[in-house]
Amino acid sequence: MEKVASECPARRVTKLRATALRRAFGACVDRLAEKMADMTEKIQNYRTAPFDARFPNTNQTRNCYQNYLDYHRCNKALAAKGLDVSPCDWYQRVFKSLCPVGWVEKWNDQVENGTFAGRV
Amino acid sequence: MATPLQLGFQDAASPVMEELVHFHDHALMVVYLISSFVLYIIITLVMMKLTNKHAHDSQEIEIVWTVLPAIILIVVALPSLRILYLMDEINNPHLTVKAIGHQWYWSYEYTDYKDLSFDSYMTPTQDLTPGQFRLLEVDHRMVVPTESPIRVLITADDVIHSWTVPSMGVKMDAVPGRLNQTTFIPSRPGVYYGQCSEICGANHSFMPIVIEAVPLKHFEDWSTSMLEFT
Repeated sequence: MEKVASECPARRVTKLRATALRRAFGACVDRLAEKMADMTEKIQNYRTAPFDARFPNTNQTRNCYQNYLDYHRCNKALAAKGLDVSPCDWYQRVFKSLCPVGWVEKWNDQVENGTFAGRV
Repeated sequence: MATPLQLGFQDAASPVMEELVHFHDHALMVVYLISSFVLYIIITLVMMKLTNKHAHDSQEIEIVWTVLPAIILIVVALPSLRILYLMDEINNPHLTVKAIGHQWYWSYEYTDYKDLSFDSYMTPTQDLTPGQFRLLEVDHRMVVPTESPIRVLITADDVIHSWTVPSMGVKMDAVPGRLNQTTFIPSRPGVYYGQCSEICGANHSFMPIVIEAVPLKHFEDWSTSMLEFT
């Protein structure tokens, strides 16, 4: 999936008003808004985790784990920039489809306790 | 399910299994032809009166019994590879089910939309009703919709198990800490049985797998009722 959070070039913005933001980021924000609308539609039409070419083989352990990591990283990155975190729902749907419930609960506990081994 | 003294495969319930059955018939015919030919040669050699103590070499027969086996191997290998690649084709599944092996039962999770998970224990022999199959029935079957590619992700909670349904042509090891993927397409509605296929302790023979393939509408009704029930 495209890196939503880093689409727009970093620019110094002193005013947070819509007009100032639009002047600063212009077309980039329109493209971002379009991508987020596509993403919302993709999530609404979700059936199950689609084929992921990064994990073409029988062993799907990494597919599950990677989506779990990406969900948390996406949340952290978008929240840090003050953007809407709903595109991250895609990763959540995918790892919920793929990962056993027991694994997710264990990892959630570890994240809460700060003992999760992955970088989130 | 298998019947007593059964020699052949169970009836195929998925397109891949149909192909495997046809390939098996083809390969077995090749085996019969070679075996009967060799048997005939051996009997003839033993029973005949001709003896030749001076035969040293013969280019013609050497060529024949080199080229002919090569041709036979190609005739067997080509359909085999065709099916191998067919099994590996990328198909976007309609549903993902997780099958988790425990000592000594399976649990199934359907988490594409809501979280549905349940355990599937073997029905003890004394609790069977007439017409049910000994050591094969379970309390909660894995229900799937027909004619849809189903992705099954298989893992285990404790020791290695193996999830298999012979009539669908699927078998995959359930390894703790690893998520193994297999896909199948149930061609027709029905109930299909399998048994744990990796030794996993005292009750390894008593943790069967039952798939109930139903039309999509019935599957949706079943999952709604299971969500209310669990």
